[in-house]
Amino acid sequence: MTRLRLLSGPDLSLGAESMRAHVQRLGPPPMARAVLLGAIERSGLTGRGGAGFPVARKWHSVSAAGSAPVIIVNGAEGEPQSLKDRVLMTTRPHLILDGALIAARVLRAAEIAIYVGEHHHAAWTAMAAALAERPEPELRRARMAAAPARYVAGESSAAVNFLSSSIGTPTSKPPEPHTAGVGGAPTLVQNVETLAHVALIGRYGAEWYRSAGRRGAAGTVLLTAAGAVRSPGVLEVEAGTTVAEAVEMAGGAAGSPRAVLLGGYFGSWVDARQAMELPLDQAALRQAGYGLGCGVVGVISEHACGVCETARIMAYLAGESSAQCGPCFFGLRALSEACSRIAARGTNRDDLARLARWSSEVRGRGACKHPDGAIIFLQSALRTFGDEFATHPAHWRNHPSPVAMQTA
Amino acid sequence: MSNDLSLTVDRIRCDGRGLCAELLPEMIRLDDWGYPIVAAGPVPDHLLPLAQRAVSRCPVLALALRRVDRDQ
Repeated sequence: MTRLRLLSGPDLSLGAESMRAHVQRLGPPPMARAVLLGAIERSGLTGRGGAGFPVARKWHSVSAAGSAPVIIVNGAEGEPQSLKDRVLMTTRPHLILDGALIAARVLRAAEIAIYVGEHHHAAWTAMAAALAERPEPELRRARMAAAPARYVAGESSAAVNFLSSSIGTPTSKPPEPHTAGVGGAPTLVQNVETLAHVALIGRYGAEWYRSAGRRGAAGTVLLTAAGAVRSPGVLEVEAGTTVAEAVEMAGGAAGSPRAVLLGGYFGSWVDARQAMELPLDQAALRQAGYGLGCGVVGVISEHACGVCETARIMAYLAGESSAQCGPCFFGLRALSEACSRIAARGTNRDDLARLARWSSEVRGRGACKHPDGAIIFLQSALRTFGDEFATHPAHWRNHPSPVAMQTA
Repeated sequence: MSNDLSLTVDRIRCDGRGLCAELLPEMIRLDDWGYPIVAAGPVPDHLLPLAQRAVSRCPVLALALRRVDRDQ
């Protein structure tokens, strides 16, 4: 049985835990500055928004910038397959606010912005209500900000740009947000799940955090099980849990699995047999050439068509380009159209050659990582569904699409 | 190689005018949509003057020569 941490406490169906219940269950948030940073460092906690950057290093670089920073509590959750940030905001808002408060006190922040996807209504309501309950001066000054409902809105420079200028698109780097972010102030952009872990590490310490985890991994992670599983939804598992075990926790596979989309739309397709053995841990997955991303585990069954799934997701990602950088805007559109042609009219050699050439050319040529994420995804599709791409008949629309269907 | 200057493109500024690829074909080619693909790594010494000229002629100031940050 997995030890629940972020999601322990009252049943999730009861909605947001009140401040009173939260403090009764966990005690007040701890506040000794030096102890906190040390604990976060020793915990080895990494970011849960997708990039997996070490939290302590990020905090050090924000603090090294010298002036009072801004903290962005990132609940934009633009990834269509991911639900975990929404569920956490809706049910455990005070855990997230505790983490934001700890970050604000450790870094002596001037300002906190709670940046929640404008389409995540329940999460917004829960976070705003929780914020209104908080007596701490840092949180009384905090403001809510509605993140545009776009895939890139949660990217750190897009979040900074939105809070500075109401334009939710990424900007060129340098400067990085941690040196010059909102209004020129050094800015910490941290995912809501990451901050919730900070709240518990602050209370119970690094050793406690590391006492969960399997196969050498530390802590717990939130996952969204999607697609062809019997009970799709959000799970908390110990880091290092295998994909097969996570699928079992989600009620088991519905039908015989063909492939798993690991990490969401910026993640990778992995052949099901190979995927099931993989441990869900950032370090271990990176070593295997994959990523945990935002924690999506999307299963498709052998009755689904990997080519059509890929074409649908590429069309989505191309449409989510913020249209600022030519290679991303034109490149992803062209790649998406080549995928759609193969899906709709059947394989042709020209499009296969274009997919190979364009994907190597487009990668690394955007101001943000949007094109890179889309290319990693596409290249994983070409590897995992290589035979299907090479022999695809003209059959688009005739197949059900468990993973991509949920984006609508 | 005796310097550590590399060509960088501000991808948001770049409009795909294509002058850079005409001025420095040794290091820059254009993709199918007219946007520059720049050879990675430091600019060889003998191409530095040409690289500097390409930088100064970019009509939208998107091309730059920057010291490579080894950490990144």
